[in-house]
Amino acid sequence: MTGWRSIGRVQWGWFVAAAAVLALLPLAFDTHTATVLLIWALFAMSLGLMWGFAGLLSFGHSAYFGLGAYAYAISSVNMGESTIPLVLAVLVPALFAAVVGAMMFYGRISDVYMGVITLVVTLILFKFMSATAGDAYRIGDARLGGFNGIPGFPTLNLPGFPEISLYGVPPYYVCAASLLLCYLLSRWILARSFGRVLVGIRENEARCELMGYDVALYKTGIFTISAGMAGLAGCLFANWAEIVTPGLFALGQAAEVLIWVIAGGLGTLIGPILGAMALGMVKLLLGQQTLIDNSLVLGAILIVVVLAIPRGVVPTVQRAWGWRTRTRRGRAKAASARRRLGGSPGESA
Amino acid sequence: MSGVVETHELTMRFGGVVAVDRVDFTLRERELRCLIGPNGAGKSTFFKCLTGQLRLGHANGRVLIRGSDVTGWRSNQIVRLGVGVKTQVPSVMNGLSVEENLWLAARRVHGWEGSPGAVDETVAELQLEDIARRPVGELAHGRRQMVEIGIVLVQRPWLVLLDEPAAGMTGDEVERLIEVIHRINQTAAVIVVDHDMEFVRLLGAHVTVFHQGAILVEGSAVRVLNDPRVREVYLGNRAA
Repeated sequence: MTGWRSIGRVQWGWFVAAAAVLALLPLAFDTHTATVLLIWALFAMSLGLMWGFAGLLSFGHSAYFGLGAYAYAISSVNMGESTIPLVLAVLVPALFAAVVGAMMFYGRISDVYMGVITLVVTLILFKFMSATAGDAYRIGDARLGGFNGIPGFPTLNLPGFPEISLYGVPPYYVCAASLLLCYLLSRWILARSFGRVLVGIRENEARCELMGYDVALYKTGIFTISAGMAGLAGCLFANWAEIVTPGLFALGQAAEVLIWVIAGGLGTLIGPILGAMALGMVKLLLGQQTLIDNSLVLGAILIVVVLAIPRGVVPTVQRAWGWRTRTRRGRAKAASARRRLGGSPGESA
Repeated sequence: MSGVVETHELTMRFGGVVAVDRVDFTLRERELRCLIGPNGAGKSTFFKCLTGQLRLGHANGRVLIRGSDVTGWRSNQIVRLGVGVKTQVPSVMNGLSVEENLWLAARRVHGWEGSPGAVDETVAELQLEDIARRPVGELAHGRRQMVEIGIVLVQRPWLVLLDEPAAGMTGDEVERLIEVIHRINQTAAVIVVDHDMEFVRLLGAHVTVFHQGAILVEGSAVRVLNDPRVREVYLGNRAA
């Protein structure tokens, strides 16, 4: 189990390498596909942050993804530019999550009921948004559009210059920067007392309460932050797809992100990111064929991962790497001790 | 004189069962008090009412801690007054190391800068140096009990509530625990809940005996342990 000694540490070498790869990727890879993979990675990381470190499992994290997308689409239609809508796409889901979270956590509901409530919230949003086809359902100039959603809203523009839209490679860099910044923000949160208390809550909520911490406040806090990040991912997705539909709140979307996080590995930030990118890529490739159902394959992958590597890929690799390093260090120490005693390294073999 | 802890007509019912029955109780400053009684006597329920683990309404009577009416408060609010709580079953963070457990407890009281020093002091005081970096989940039951007492101690409370602190400890650990409790008692009032008569006798504290949810008798350890009513409660007809 991960303690909090290392969770806030950014391994800058890896971080710079990853940033360099992301910066150079457009030279060798289709940015349209890469962009959506980064968006899904951000979405999965937002869930991994609160699930893996605070132990809060939301079955309906897609609610905040969808709210971010809708908040952006509605406000950008009304404002005709993207800067304030981008901020609203983070704030609206965050505030919504703060209200839902406060009700759940101060209401002291158990983990199981939290799962049920979060799932029900996203399904209610799905049902509601699907039923907004009439002309009466409009916010300002934006018609909600029912099952067909909202198409044709202004996409990202250069802040302060609504006439300069970002197309092609620039949105890819916006997504890459968003992911990297949210990663750093998450690490910063985890390195502070707030993050350490969250890990304490994951380990033993009752004890944290008896240490004097307001557990409900901490849980509401991380739920809100996580929802804000999911909202940002939703906003970027809306820009990528250039349409928002109730499908963003659907059960499939809610389930997919859970599979990405489980497969990548709980208790890490990089696990959900890699899980989302790898399985997202599988999903895109499977989408190009009709031989086998997409969901069936993802379900099979989930079963295999849960049975074969229940910790997820990244924690399993980290564990194996740590064991290998410890074994090497142990051998080196033993060899050094033998040398000090005057023997040769091979004598004891 | 008002006490550190006072309860007035404290009552707790679970369905038709009255677990704590109109208990009036007072603990003075720097007092060491043991609550004893056979299984089901109501002492742990009484303890949970004091710590906020069982939420009270005003129909349940009143609990005052240093004059503050804490009836209905959540446990984190009660702890923030300066109360340290050790629960019956060791309540620790098994996935974290001993130091990390203590740091989390120290952080709220001593701040980011002061916590490492407070942790080192507590580790030395409880002689936990050899296990300081080990995950608590790997430790034996008695050591985990000691870690939980460390969690209480590192917060420097002025009221300490310990529920069965000696359970699962070896003889040496119990001796060490008694020393620690006496040292805590130099700066804090202490309530110890236990049903081990020998441990209570060794602590040498003032004793309150619970029976069927109510206080049966109070007095010094020697007097109470020789009281025929107490012997009857513990041993049934064999004491007669």
